[in-house]
This record gives sequence, C-alpha cells and structure tokens, in this order.
Amino acid sequence: MTTQTVLAAAATSVSTGEAVTFWILAPLALLGAIGMIVARNAVHSALWLVLTMLCLGVFYVLQAGPFIGMVQIIVYTGAIMMLFLFVLMLVGRDASDSLIETLRGQRIAAIVLGLGFAGLVGGGLYRALEGVQAVGLDEANAEGNVQGIARLLFTKYVLAFELTSALLITAAVGAMVLAHVERRKEDRMDQVATMKARFRPGNYPGPKPGPGVFATSSSVATPARLPDGRLTERSTPDILPVRELTAEETTLKGTER
Amino acid sequence: MNMYLAAQDPTLADFGKDPWWLVLIKIVFAFVFGLLATLLGVWFERRVVGFMQVRPGPNQVGPFGLLQTLADGLKMAFKEDILPKAADKVVYFFAPVISVVCAVTALSVIPFGPMVSIFGHRTPLQVTDVSVAVLVLLACSSLAVYGIVLGGWASGSTYPLLGGLRSSAQMISYEVAMGLSIVAVFMTAGTMSTSGIVAKQGDATRLTVLGTEIPAPGWYAILLLPSFIIFFIAIVGETNRAPFDLPEAESELVAGFMTEYSSLKFALFMLSEYVAMVTMSAVTVTLFLGGWRAPWPITIWEGANSGWWPMLWFFGKVIALVFVFVWLRGTLPRLRYDQFMRLGWKVLLPINLVWILVLAGLRSIEDWESRDRLLVTAIGAGVLLLATLLWPSRKKAPKPTVQEQVNNRPHGSYPLPPMDLQVPPSPRTKRVVAEREPANVAAGPDSREV
Repeated sequence: MTTQTVLAAAATSVSTGEAVTFWILAPLALLGAIGMIVARNAVHSALWLVLTMLCLGVFYVLQAGPFIGMVQIIVYTGAIMMLFLFVLMLVGRDASDSLIETLRGQRIAAIVLGLGFAGLVGGGLYRALEGVQAVGLDEANAEGNVQGIARLLFTKYVLAFELTSALLITAAVGAMVLAHVERRKEDRMDQVATMKARFRPGNYPGPKPGPGVFATSSSVATPARLPDGRLTERSTPDILPVRELTAEETTLKGTER
Repeated sequence: MNMYLAAQDPTLADFGKDPWWLVLIKIVFAFVFGLLATLLGVWFERRVVGFMQVRPGPNQVGPFGLLQTLADGLKMAFKEDILPKAADKVVYFFAPVISVVCAVTALSVIPFGPMVSIFGHRTPLQVTDVSVAVLVLLACSSLAVYGIVLGGWASGSTYPLLGGLRSSAQMISYEVAMGLSIVAVFMTAGTMSTSGIVAKQGDATRLTVLGTEIPAPGWYAILLLPSFIIFFIAIVGETNRAPFDLPEAESELVAGFMTEYSSLKFALFMLSEYVAMVTMSAVTVTLFLGGWRAPWPITIWEGANSGWWPMLWFFGKVIALVFVFVWLRGTLPRLRYDQFMRLGWKVLLPINLVWILVLAGLRSIEDWESRDRLLVTAIGAGVLLLATLLWPSRKKAPKPTVQEQVNNRPHGSYPLPPMDLQVPPSPRTKRVVAEREPANVAAGPDSREV
C-alpha cells in the first residue's frame, strides 16, 4: 500500500489493517501505562513507558502522520527515555519504591480521582467526536506529510516555533551555566606543566617507596630504609607515626623450632 | 529525469504492490543478508586485521578459514548459559534480542537495487519504502541503544553498568551529529525516502567537456563532503566500533556491557554488532555513495544501472566501507572518554551547523540571477579569505639557546656535565684498533686520532 492510498484510506474510513493494528497495539499501550504505575523498580517503570510510547508512535503512523510517528520514536523513546534511564542508572539499580503510605487514604483517593478524570475526558471526547467525519486530511497531506508540516511550521506558526526554540535554548544554556565550573586559565594544568612539576627539583618523580615490611614485621608502620641506611617517612601513611622496631621485637620469637 | 532512468528508478508508488510470497522472499533475503554478512564479516575482519598485523589470521577451517565463524558460532551455542545471581532476569534476556531486532529491522528500507523482474513481477529490490524511510533508520539506531544499556544494567555488576552508562551517553551524543549530517542530504535531495535519495543522486546534470558529455558527480559524498565525513565518524561512534568502542573497552571494562553474557546471548550481541556495522555501511552507501548506482567508469556501459547488476555494485560499496571500519580498528588507538565527548560536541556539532547554514545559503541563492549569485559568492569567498589572512597567529617565542636553558635551570637541578666536555676515547676502542692489522689503504688524518 503506498503512502497516497494509506492517506486516502485513513481519511475516509477505518481499514481492516488499521483496525487489526489498533486492537493489537491499544491493549499493549494500556498494559504499558498500567505497568509503569504498578512496577516497583524504577527502570522497569521506564521500560513500560517505552512500550507505551512505541505504541503511540505506531498509532501516529497509522493516523497518516508518518513524520510525527517517527519523531515520537526517535526523540521520545530514543533520546528522552534514554536520558531517564541514564539518570536512573546513576541513582542505582536497587532504587525501588517504598510502600509506606505517608498520607492516609491517598492511594484510594488517587485511584478514584484518576478513574473519574479518565471517565470525564473519555466520555467528553466520545460525545464530542461521535459521528464527526474527519475532513481535510487529504488537503493537509496533498504535497506530502513532511512538506505539509514544514510549510505550517515555517509560515503560519513560525513565531510560536521560534519562541519554543528560544525557550529550549534558554533552558539548555541555563543548565550549562548551572553545571559549569569556572576554571581560570592559569589554574589549568596541561600535560607539559604537569610533567615539569613532576620533575622539578625537590619533587621525587618516581613512585614512593613501599613501607618496610620485612620478614621481621608485617606492619605498614615500619618505614622503609633508604640505600644509605636512613629511614624514610615517605614510605609510611601520613596518619601513622614512624616507629623503628626495638631489638626485642626484631629477635626471633622462638617459633622456628 | 529521462525515460530510461524513470523505468529503472522505483518511486514510492512502486511499493506495496507485491504479492505476499514476494514480500516474504524479500524479507527473508534481507534477514539472510544480515546473518551472512555477520558470518563473513567476522572472518573478513579477522583476516584483514591479521594482514595488517603481519600474521595469517584464521586459515584452518574451510577454504581460507571461511568457516571459522561458523565453527565459533556452533561452539558458542553449546556453551553454558550463565545467569548472574544479581541479574534482572527478564531484562537480561531481552537486551540482546532488542539489539538484534533493531539492527536487522534497519535493513528493511535499504534499497539493494532498481526495479527488477522476479517471476514475472516488476518490483524494486527493496523490502519497503516509506516517505520517511531515513527516519526509520534513525529510529532503529536510536532504539538499538536500549539493548546495550539494558544489557549493562540488567547484568547486575559494575563493569557492565559502566559500559551501559558510557554507551547511552555516547550514542545520544553521536546521534545528534549523525542526524544533522543527514539534514544536508534532505535539503539537497528534497525527500526522505531512501529510494528517492538514490534516484536523486543519479540524475546529475551532464557537463560537456571537449565535446564529450560526462556526468557531473551526483554522489552526495562529493557534493556534501563535510556531511559525509561527519556522518561516517558518527556511525563509527554509533556502532561502538574502534576507535570509539568505549562501552566495551577491554583494557578498562573487561568487556563492557557484555561482560556477564555467555553462550547464545553473547552471540546475539556479537551478531547485532556486525549487522549494525553492515547496516550502517549500507545506509552510508545509500545516502552518500549513490546507493546501487555504478561508479563512473562502469556507467559508460549502458546496462550498468539496470537489472540485477546494481546489486553487485551495492555489495561492492558496502564491502569497501566495511573494510574502512576494519582499517580504522587496525590503525587507531581508542580515544579517552572526555576526548571522545569533546570531539562529538565541540568539533562535529559546530562544524555541522555551520556547514548546514552555508548549504542553506547556497541553496537559497540558487534561484537568483547569475550576476547576483556570482557577486554574493565572491563577497563570501573574499570575506573568508580576508579572515584567514588577518587571523591573528600566535607568535612563537624564540627558542632559548643551550646556554640560556642551562642558566634557567632552577636551583638544585641534576648536575650537568660541562658544556665543553671532550669525551675521551674508550680504552677498549684503542686496544681493538691497535690489534687490528694495518689496512692496505693510506690512512687519512682522522684515523690517527682514534
């Protein structure tokens, strides 16, 4: 079926293919929505929502809006939900809902209110659209779906479009300003400066010597001995006092027999 | 577009008229193409990398080692399937499946060839095409991230989680660059259907040079060179291939998101990676390299772009691009994560935006009078040249002499030998020279000093 016939079919009546697709995907979309609420694990919730969004994308395509359907999948499912998942993963995989109810009876109230609201909206839409014949889809899609949207966006709604983009850019710049750490140029150490600092006189460039853990002692507080016999404090952790073992401690404990 | 081209190039109206068995044949063909490409792709990669590293590569199983991947696949299927204790079982199972499904689905809108006749049916060599086919490709690649990210998360261990996090940030970033470079293709082609883009790259204007008519280059890789380069870099990032294989960086993260996977689930991840590589190569060929159209010297032959021949050109181009993928892997070291992000956001994205702006400007002055057009182009070029000329260049500090360098050394530096040190000859050299038989040639003035 070509795009033109799809568009024509969508304008007049519901075709068999459309009905079949709808009745397969609509329960899936609902399942996704309910699953999102019911799931205890935050990542599972997000995945249920992804299912709903994918179904919505297919519905858009079914309703002769292929562009908006694909954009729904790319932007919402591909990018925005991905960022959600990103944050959820940073939070940790065991972040589950707590089941303790802080407000008494809030769950019952929420269910009743939600069902009531859904009933009102659904009933209102049903009553309003009952027997209404959709017209104008052919004209809107006359020169192609994408071209039609582009024409509207860049002629009639160009101001709203630009304002929205300005708002989004402001938000993005704001986020960047909030997250930005000001670092002065002279504070920044590049690789050459780091290397020079490392080999500057007074700084030993090699790794620090390990503590003097020998056969006589297994304590990290034992300082290492330098080649000239001195003890070095660099080998022990700063919080530990440097301590040389006494003769009594270094003598054999009589365990060799 | 003349009649000859019109007969070969499928339009959107040509799709959706196939009987069910033809649709089935096409789907199975695309699927088998993906699987075979993996089977041969792994072998191809190992052989080519082996050649680049001066070693034979797999050459034992079958002729030229062709069946090595098959043997590996069978071995993998018989391995124990391990499910980590901390794993999220359902998501752990679905993650590789999502990867494979997304990678294979993208093949459905790739045009493999022009209109051909299959059992008496005139049909395009493409599973299907829609008016937003390129967006379908983008959607597939953006959903493919889920496989990797969920695989990393569901494994319930640290390295996979880090790999998953990396890949989610990486693929979102590089999708932006990828999408923007496709915008230039949309602007030039004026369509989003893959077959339409291939057709547009064919009907280039013909130039008459020295009496012979040669076609001007119509491939978008030439017309939109910056977009092509950025697109290719972005798809290397998008397919997690070296040098951008940070999600599975073996020196840092063991195997990244697939550390905990084994047996067939691991095989699925492997499959999806190679199918994605081939799919992305096919997308690049379709969008930028003329799709199934023959390259220039072959087009002298009239029948090059009709019948089943174009499939050969298409596969040739895809294999060439897969070779580039392997070549990159064999040549470039892996980027550090911050370098990689900087490349995506601070280099590819701004260049892309500026290029789209320039392209839009060029497109909008196309309708002007030729004098105005010339004037605007000349002014633009003049401004560009002037800016390059007057761009302040950083003055290089004069290099200090050796004596200055010595004097500038801070107090307590390692002692240097005196600058005018004459190194005395080694006593051993002296002895060897003394013991040697005198040469039959007249000794020069230098030999006495040794």
